[in-house]
Amino acid sequence: MLGTGTGDGLQLESLKLMRLFNLDEVSLRELNQALHDCNGSDEASAWTVTNTKGKHAVAAGIDAPLEVTVNGHVGYYCAGMNKQGQVTIRGNAGPGVAENMMSGLVRVTGNASQYAGASAHGGLLVIEGNAGSRCGISMKGVDIVVRGSIGHMGAFMAQKGRMVICGDAGGALGDSLYEARIFVKGEVAGLGADCVEKPMAEEHEREVAQLLEQAGISGVDAAGFRRYGSARKLYHFNIDNVDAY
Amino acid sequence: MPEKDITEWLRESATFPRAVIADIQRAARTGIYDIRGFGAKRALPTFDDLVFLGASMTRYPLEGYRERCDTSVTLGTRYAKKPLELKIPVTIAGMSFGALSAPAKEALGRGATEVGTSTTTGDGGMTPEEREHSELLVYQLLPSRYGMNPDDLRRADAIEVVVGQGAKPGGGGMLLGQKISARVAEMRDLPEGIDQRSASRHPDWTGPDDLAIKIRELREITDWEKPVYIKIGASRTYFDTMLAVKAGADVIVVDGMQGGTAATQEVFIEHVGIPTLPAVRLAVEALKEMDMHRKVQLIVSGGIRSGADVAKALALGADAVSIGVAALIALGDNSPEFEEEYRRLGTSAGFYDDYQDGRDPTGISTQSDELAARFDPVKGGRRLANYLRVLTLETQTLARACGKNHVHNMEPEDLAALTIEAAAMAKVPLAGTDWIPGEDRPKSK
Repeated sequence: MLGTGTGDGLQLESLKLMRLFNLDEVSLRELNQALHDCNGSDEASAWTVTNTKGKHAVAAGIDAPLEVTVNGHVGYYCAGMNKQGQVTIRGNAGPGVAENMMSGLVRVTGNASQYAGASAHGGLLVIEGNAGSRCGISMKGVDIVVRGSIGHMGAFMAQKGRMVICGDAGGALGDSLYEARIFVKGEVAGLGADCVEKPMAEEHEREVAQLLEQAGISGVDAAGFRRYGSARKLYHFNIDNVDAY
Repeated sequence: MPEKDITEWLRESATFPRAVIADIQRAARTGIYDIRGFGAKRALPTFDDLVFLGASMTRYPLEGYRERCDTSVTLGTRYAKKPLELKIPVTIAGMSFGALSAPAKEALGRGATEVGTSTTTGDGGMTPEEREHSELLVYQLLPSRYGMNPDDLRRADAIEVVVGQGAKPGGGGMLLGQKISARVAEMRDLPEGIDQRSASRHPDWTGPDDLAIKIRELREITDWEKPVYIKIGASRTYFDTMLAVKAGADVIVVDGMQGGTAATQEVFIEHVGIPTLPAVRLAVEALKEMDMHRKVQLIVSGGIRSGADVAKALALGADAVSIGVAALIALGDNSPEFEEEYRRLGTSAGFYDDYQDGRDPTGISTQSDELAARFDPVKGGRRLANYLRVLTLETQTLARACGKNHVHNMEPEDLAALTIEAAAMAKVPLAGTDWIPGEDRPKSK
């Protein structure tokens, strides 16, 4: 049932703005429609979603500064195409969390499956656990911070934006990379086509520190990260690079 | 006395004709395979291999120009709250801003709108020009996701998930650097002037089960308003159609191997996929087997040129067709007006296929401001509208001759095949016989 959260000692004003959606009692459609009814509004409000039980497309398509807390694990495409929304998933996220995000913040307190942040154009995606394969695939401007490790083919064909991996990265990292930049603290199993290690200057360390702070990740020293980017050798089709294609 | 052409008496090799020799020489010279636009150029079985059995003693025709023959089509009746209502059964296929100039995209919107049909975005996102001038605009969700954003998704009238296209089923794309202008680069979040790949796989789903979930996400984001199409390049069409239905498509677009492209390897264009003729029949068979024919609408594309092609596709069971190359030709592509400039590019009007090159003298397939300025979108739009009207009139003419008061009432029984291949592919009898190759018993008398 769609209702108003009570019993937490919240102030009246907060109560008016608090919305609680129990997905055992209301449908996903009703939740998303209620969120979309706020689209275009500047008004911030707090929402809580419970009993998600792996449902797909939870809180997809937000376009307002809503603070949405999702208590539980979610399936595919949670917070898909998010704009402005501040979505926290207290659990694990299935494939494609925050896919094509435009702005705002999506935080996963657990692990994220494959394609996290796929083709996202902006905003910040924070994964406090580990992420699966193809994290940041085709990313187009988003910042992604992963507290743990990521699987293989991270940042595949990534175009713009930054990715900070505090743990290890799987094989073929940054394959066919364009202008996205990658920072890894741990081990990299292997680099993909046209991805190379680049010098880590002080300015880059400051950049990593700033991203970690923005992501609310503490206890990780910005020193010791390594930087990866595109060698830009595949930017123009050249038969001499045929072995790389 | 003029000198005799010695090639008249020299013997040309059937295995190595001049075009093949020239291609080997080009490959040896450049070290790169040929990338070009347009569609398949080799001879293929086509709708020309079918004829209509006009009304006579056993069928009653409708009066031309008097008795109404309806051409309206509704697309997206399965799940969408707002299906598309088209006045004619011909739509404009997806062609990107990037491949085409902004005025050319505008002209496509103008022409389609004038006759009450839809146009489609393409790889690279939606431009304000095409949205403004397209009453009905289909927004493509492609593997590259260039320019994809939720605002345009909601602005669109329908969404087309592109799994593949007829010119290159299983292939991605390559827009060469000379066409990556500042505006194109910005829309695609890429540096200006570099060759850019369009991926061959979507970044966030891998199979039909995933796609079903992806489509539900798109529906959630757009509040279940928009029809969702799935576009597939024709290859394993029967099974692909079934899987598209299972994945939740409102509309399935099947693009045969004659379908156009802006930039694809020649070897891909000519050697991958199956022709439109068998593809339409396979798709209809799959829909009928699932009891979804007319419930999930079918759009067929790939080499549609005339009202005869439209009518035959509809008679085989399609709900509508889509045109790309033919629409560009209607806008002015390959016009003899530019013969001199085509010659300077080493080609000729009627042969030009270098859409990838960016030097199109007509201003259609270019990102050069100077060339694009030559193209008048108002005049181009009018030419396209004229052409679409002719396609519609021709389709109605054939439908009336078969006694049908709606173009959807044409059926395979109205057709006969002129070749054994066409009879086998379309599963209509070889003209003058009851024979459909591959079928045990005659279907009709």
